[in-house]
Amino acid sequence: MSYEAFVGHRFPPFSVDVDSWRLRFFARAVGEQDPLYSDPEAARAAGYPALPAPPTMAYSLLMDAGQPFRVLEVMGIDLKRAVHGEQAFTYHAPVCAGDTLTGVVRIADVYTKKGGALLFIVVDTALRNQHDAPVIDQRSTIVVRQG
Amino acid sequence: MNQLPDFSTLAVGDALPERVKPPIDRLQLALYAGASSDYNPIHLDDDAARAGGLPGVIGHGMLSMAFLGQLLTGWVPQRQLRGFSARFVAMTAPGDVVTCRGTVAARGEVDGEARVELELSAVTQDGRQVLVGSASVALP
Repeated sequence: MSYEAFVGHRFPPFSVDVDSWRLRFFARAVGEQDPLYSDPEAARAAGYPALPAPPTMAYSLLMDAGQPFRVLEVMGIDLKRAVHGEQAFTYHAPVCAGDTLTGVVRIADVYTKKGGALLFIVVDTALRNQHDAPVIDQRSTIVVRQG
Repeated sequence: MNQLPDFSTLAVGDALPERVKPPIDRLQLALYAGASSDYNPIHLDDDAARAGGLPGVIGHGMLSMAFLGQLLTGWVPQRQLRGFSARFVAMTAPGDVVTCRGTVAARGEVDGEARVELELSAVTQDGRQVLVGSASVALP
């Protein structure tokens, strides 16, 4: 099966709310000690309107929306053969509690390595906030064992 | 709050203060599963992990990347961060102590602002490299 045909495929836009409780839960889970990420007063003192989302949190917002799995589903790939190979973020503006983000997921590239034994799927997601300003671009590379 | 590094003297090859995280344990993996919405059972359930050919549960790659993120935000305010990427090169397991390191790989100007490019890595207590990454930071 030729997966290259999926390059350029765009998924319908999704929307996700950034919740203050959720950000505090994330901070606790990763052992974050800086009160900036769990105390709204500390966040305001640092110039944020509310708790800011830490640098990798936006990937979890994609997970909330079920996005990484949708790519595999559309391509007919078994989740058990897939691993997350790389993750990249480009930051345009802060994401804070109270924001509502909208994203579009696009399959940017598909290629194989090792004579086809490994399939690489590059997925781009551009996130915008409720003011329609770009906030974070994400690129996830999924590696799939084939054969 | 950490004191800001002295950016005027920052040079290629300079190291960021390294960050040693407490050992990853199953409670942390359970909390991270909930907080990140990553419910893949290979991070929580030994039976599921073994069925997938693993010796037992493994840590979330994105948890280690969050640790690397803490290295960055402990060094500069997060709003200085322009880009951050990581490649997942090995797995972690409960008990692993992850140390996050960064060095200045380049200094230059991008989009009209002074930036440093950092090389990042996360390694375990036995020297296993779990993440290789990079970040782009705007100098304040």
